Amino acid sequence: MDKIAQIQRESIRLDHPDFGPGDTVKVHVKITEGEKERIQVFQGVVISRRGSRAGASFTVRKVSYGVGVERVFPLHSPIIDKIEVVTRGRVRRAKIYYLRKLRGKAARIQEKRTA
Amino acid sequence: MSKGLIGKKLGMTGLFMPDGRYVPVTVIQAGPCVVTQVKRAARDGYNALQLGFGRRKASRVNRPMKGHLKKSGEQLFSVLREFPVDNPDDFSLGQEITLDLFQVGDRVRVSGKSKGRGFSGVIKRHGFHRGPKSHGSRSIRPPGSIGCSAWPSRVLKGKKMPGQYGNERQTMRNLEIVDIRPEENLLLVKGAVPGHRSALVTIRK
Repeated sequence: MDKIAQIQRESIRLDHPDFGPGDTVKVHVKITEGEKERIQVFQGVVISRRGSRAGASFTVRKVSYGVGVERVFPLHSPIIDKIEVVTRGRVRRAKIYYLRKLRGKAARIQEKRTA
Repeated sequence: MSKGLIGKKLGMTGLFMPDGRYVPVTVIQAGPCVVTQVKRAARDGYNALQLGFGRRKASRVNRPMKGHLKKSGEQLFSVLREFPVDNPDDFSLGQEITLDLFQVGDRVRVSGKSKGRGFSGVIKRHGFHRGPKSHGSRSIRPPGSIGCSAWPSRVLKGKKMPGQYGNERQTMRNLEIVDIRPEENLLLVKGAVPGHRSALVTIRK
């Protein structure tokens, strides 16, 4: 099993900032169109983080033209160029799926106060 | 070139490809194997290599086997397996065979003994559907009818029935080699391979 853990450790990326549910993040995604590669930014609220080691993933939700869009990213995937934390939100649970039912003012998340 | 190697299944994990795909892989510790006997068509009726793999305590090896293994060196192997070969004269006793015969992207077949599931019913063994659990049902997992009536008044051959499932030799064909790590003797193939962790497998081209 040790060899397996070693192989898994190789694919883990250490360059991501610390972030969690409630935070607003910008995910820079590499997109290849034919030969060209460009970077698209997906900005939204992290509503869940799951898994451990190389298989971990997180879900980002944003509301685009009135339509809720959620995208699940493998945390250690090479298609993620970088992750930027925009704001840190204060939430009381690990999965903030209740956000899906809220819209407008109710869907705001209080910002975390840092001393 | 030998056409195969003996290995040990270490387990499964996944790897990210540069394009973002997450590929499931089985990690196999393959080789190094040592040629313990060269079989030639003139003498043995067919061309093959007998390879040795693994270790065994000296007290666990009987004398005929020790005598046989002495010809290829002092190592005592726990496993001996034969692999067909085109030209047996390219090999000598005691020669070490490593992962070098494989390349990333090659397709291989991997054989091993599947996990033993004992005497299993038709749902686990053949993927039958189960019956209703409620509404007065009393047939949740049985196979149901196994044939017709007065004609042919027998059960057709090959009818899927309960019985021993697993613990038999199985071969996965056309598995792609995703990565090779010669310094650790590790072979990473795409997909699943028969057997439990630390099961013995043979990898053939």
